[in-house]
Amino acid sequence: MTSAAPAGSELQAPSSKLDNAAIAERVIAAHPTVAARSSDNGQPYLLVPPAEIVRVATLLRDDAALRFDSLMDLTGWDLSKYPATPPSSDLVVAYFLHSLAHRHHLTVKVQVPREAAEVPTVSGVWAVANYFEREVWDLLGVRFAEHPNLKRIMTPDDWIGHPLRKDYAYPQSYNGVAHLREGQRFEPPPAPKPAAAAPPAAPPAPRPPPPASGGGAAAP
Amino acid sequence: MSSDLAIESAGGERMRINMGPHHPATHGVLRLIVECDGEIVSSATPDHGYLHRSIEKIGECVEWPMFVPYTDRVDYVCAMNANLAYCVAVEKLLATDKTTAVQVPRRAEVIRVIVAELNRISSHLVAVGAMSMDLGAYTPFLHGIAQREGVNDIFEKLCGQRLTYNYITIGGVGFDLHTGAVEEIESFLAQFEKEMIRFNKLITTNTIFRDRCAGIAVISAAEAVAYGLVGPNLRGSGVDWDIRRDEPYGIYGELGVRVPVGQGYAGRTGKVGDCYDRFIVRLLEINESVRLIRAALKLLPPAAEKPADPVGGFQADVAKALRKPPKGEIRVRTEAPRGEMGYVIVSDGTKTPYRVRCRTGSFTACSIFNKLMKGIFLADIVTVIGSFDIVVPEIDR
Repeated sequence: MTSAAPAGSELQAPSSKLDNAAIAERVIAAHPTVAARSSDNGQPYLLVPPAEIVRVATLLRDDAALRFDSLMDLTGWDLSKYPATPPSSDLVVAYFLHSLAHRHHLTVKVQVPREAAEVPTVSGVWAVANYFEREVWDLLGVRFAEHPNLKRIMTPDDWIGHPLRKDYAYPQSYNGVAHLREGQRFEPPPAPKPAAAAPPAAPPAPRPPPPASGGGAAAP
Repeated sequence: MSSDLAIESAGGERMRINMGPHHPATHGVLRLIVECDGEIVSSATPDHGYLHRSIEKIGECVEWPMFVPYTDRVDYVCAMNANLAYCVAVEKLLATDKTTAVQVPRRAEVIRVIVAELNRISSHLVAVGAMSMDLGAYTPFLHGIAQREGVNDIFEKLCGQRLTYNYITIGGVGFDLHTGAVEEIESFLAQFEKEMIRFNKLITTNTIFRDRCAGIAVISAAEAVAYGLVGPNLRGSGVDWDIRRDEPYGIYGELGVRVPVGQGYAGRTGKVGDCYDRFIVRLLEINESVRLIRAALKLLPPAAEKPADPVGGFQADVAKALRKPPKGEIRVRTEAPRGEMGYVIVSDGTKTPYRVRCRTGSFTACSIFNKLMKGIFLADIVTVIGSFDIVVPEIDR
């Protein structure tokens, strides 16, 4: 077995690589509603209005100078407990793009209100989005309009709620089967209460500590 | 081959077969709902979630270093690479602010490459061994597993674990190399290379095996990119892309990674991007990993007294930086044996991550299953699954 490694591939064209500012300029020229932003630690991204996302995505994929042929990741998160300025309770859907032809990257974000979280699907642009969007719908509860098969993918079909939302209430039971044994709990007890509730004399069972939701992040 | 047989259903009678979740050839608890017309598959829909352990939700509940053991469970076949992906991501997040940036000691960087490549070897051995087992050749699997034991023995001495290592930490590695580790790794590699020749004689050049893989489930380069295939599955389709070479992290940039791609290795009946190409790319990557480990061993600086020594130490002090990491987000991708393992990490500036997202190769590989399996023989389904090297915990997380 010889190691066949064609080093210089026709795909490698570093000269055609664009930086983030040039990409943003090109996209904004075609879609003026798109805004170039950067995250709190200086990671640049494009903020796209939800209604525009399919058109922007198609441009990003098909434009000869951009050619974002691969959707590396599509995910989302809930902003409601994030210390953003100004505070927001929106859901973010983030698209991480990469161009194998030009070897450049781009992050695109869409922000939708949590009550009416709906974004048009890009599964017609990148086939892999079909799976990614199902995952985001399942875990974060963002509906993808006109998705060919928007069903839950990780949790069962009859699961209630979307676990990665920050206000997700842990279920007490599933189909009539309780999740917790007596005395067990998911959430740590609220901080001001311990004076009222006497420390239980029950022997501390060697069970793992419950996951501390938020980890004291919401202190002051 | 089978796709040329355009067989129309005579009476429209289809049979629905439940493959899994407990089918030995689905490599874990993957369920395929297969509809077939005689022997020809008309649709195969994967059903996921049997192994969902809400790892991403757990990530929001534990502190930064406490998540490392969970990354072992994301992909237990290559836990070192899974550790590495998360730790590199957190280090890159810390590096976005000068006050929290950490310098991973040089020796730790070299050790990381050594253990990651050793783990890539053992992971690919499971992949090629399990694929040949799926096709009825049990012996090569045992040879692969026997060699994997050698890697596991080294890791056991290194960190006390054989499967879920929790070895690579944010800022370095958990322990320095044990005494005699370098000699052990060298002697393992020497006998391993001889063993691989035997392995290749046994299965790789076996005509029956090759003919069963040749021309099955051909994926074009454009399709592979559109469906988000990564790693050996992408390279099997002839796409020359490897994150270790093209976006190097750690010291991979100094090692000059050579990237094998699929070229229709099966010969006359083979096509670029068929099951046999994916199989061969993994074997070639094993050879490359052997070379990388030897190159990395040459770069290993002598151990220093202090663990945090920037050259010879094995762990930077990150405790302070992790109490107050920079607010913001980062996306980092690394090359695991099953392809890109990318983390999106959002931090709200506290000691707990705000959001940890893990993108894995097996998850996106499943997105092409239904398309790929239309029109193939029922018996070839196991070939296709085997050629993708699916690890179910990685899909469901």
